[in-house]
Amino acid sequence: MNLFGDAIAWILDPAHWSAGPDISGHLLEHLGVSGLCVLIAVAIALPVGVAIGHTGRGRGAGILISNIARALPTLGLLSILILLFGIGLLPITVVLVILAIPPMLAGSYAGVESVDRQTIDAARALGMTEWQIILRVEIPLALPLLIGGLRATALQVIATLGIASAFAFGGLGIYLINGLAQADFIQLLAGAILITALALVVDGLLAAAQRVVVPRGVALGRSDRTDPPQRARASRPRALQEGMQ
Amino acid sequence: MNWVWIGSNLDLIGGRILEHLALTAPPIVIGLILSIPLGYAASRSRVARSILLSVGSILYTIPSIALLVLVPVVLGLAILNPANLTAALTVYAVAIMVRSAADAFASVPKDVLASATAVGFSRRQRFFVVELPLAIPVLLAGIRVVSVSTVSIASVGALTGIDQLGTFFTDAFQRSFLTEAIVGIVCILAIAAVYDVILSRTGRALMPWNRTQPDVMASPSVYSAPIGGSL
Repeated sequence: MNLFGDAIAWILDPAHWSAGPDISGHLLEHLGVSGLCVLIAVAIALPVGVAIGHTGRGRGAGILISNIARALPTLGLLSILILLFGIGLLPITVVLVILAIPPMLAGSYAGVESVDRQTIDAARALGMTEWQIILRVEIPLALPLLIGGLRATALQVIATLGIASAFAFGGLGIYLINGLAQADFIQLLAGAILITALALVVDGLLAAAQRVVVPRGVALGRSDRTDPPQRARASRPRALQEGMQ
Repeated sequence: MNWVWIGSNLDLIGGRILEHLALTAPPIVIGLILSIPLGYAASRSRVARSILLSVGSILYTIPSIALLVLVPVVLGLAILNPANLTAALTVYAVAIMVRSAADAFASVPKDVLASATAVGFSRRQRFFVVELPLAIPVLLAGIRVVSVSTVSIASVGALTGIDQLGTFFTDAFQRSFLTEAIVGIVCILAIAAVYDVILSRTGRALMPWNRTQPDVMASPSVYSAPIGGSL
């Protein structure tokens, strides 16, 4: 366990924060590329997922795509795209976006699907157009699962980007790769701690955002009180978990 | 595609496939076995549920490559020991499966449990004869997710020097040899597909009442399952 202490000391060592490409530089690089990939994935998966959830069509295709993407090894996809397009940001971004789409897609369609049909019918009866129903009823009510999907997506991307460092990308994974190459366990451990900490902090921030953004009364927990407790609790994590993977 | 390379390296490919199988099958099985008591505990108490699920999701947050590096430190193994990969994959498997197992046991209708108790089942009988069989559909769905992701995540072991199909990816990159990477991906997808077929066949064999209705969760037949018949 002393190794952990050494690794924390390594992270806190001012020398690793000042010279050349330091921890802060790698951290920013990691965050920047992760953010870019998550944004692209959201831009693609959110509209498609909402469309699937709203129309109820294409659900099978969505599940199929998620399952295939889950089976695709990131390392393999990265090595193939880098051999095809050369080292650079493009192959890394493409692979991470491919990886990030399924959880976002699942969160989007599961979220919109979870909206009570009677509520939608009521909105329609009030004379709302389909667009108004989507934007003012379905999306706000779907927010808990939508943000759940976003959290899963962000986690996935931040964690997996560490692997890209094996292919001449900076980012926080660089300490893992260098640590392995130099058999420097302290650096290795420091890298692992840094990536995990970043993932946990981002997840915590998104969880906080979830609490702020989700309208009061929409929070999924509400159904706990109205439905038989066991069944209601069962339905929530299952839908969330679909988003998690 | 360089077919000649494939032809002359069939032994190597076969060996890596076997290594991959040996590294990925234990975590899937151990993950399932460990998650059943944990998931059952989580389905019985709110406190256990929130603790187990939070620990599970934090473990799932640890990046695979980081976990692969942390496991040898915690277990005191050499970094090149393949057991590190098996242990890391087991951690992920349990982290995912605990949630599924908790949902699986929570999905068993309360009325059925009450009836079982009323007809005189002991707690242990009720668990093995009623709850476990009725939890199979959701357990099965969970373990299928675990199996696919385990097969694919295992390839990351190549970065820490543990040989399996993922080694083809790092080799392909170092030698600029595309064929190797494609062979690796195809084999991994094939293993994932084979595991999935095995699991869904096993699941179907364990749920004879369910053969005609694929959508088990929506089907009332689950509740009228031949309870004694499965043991």
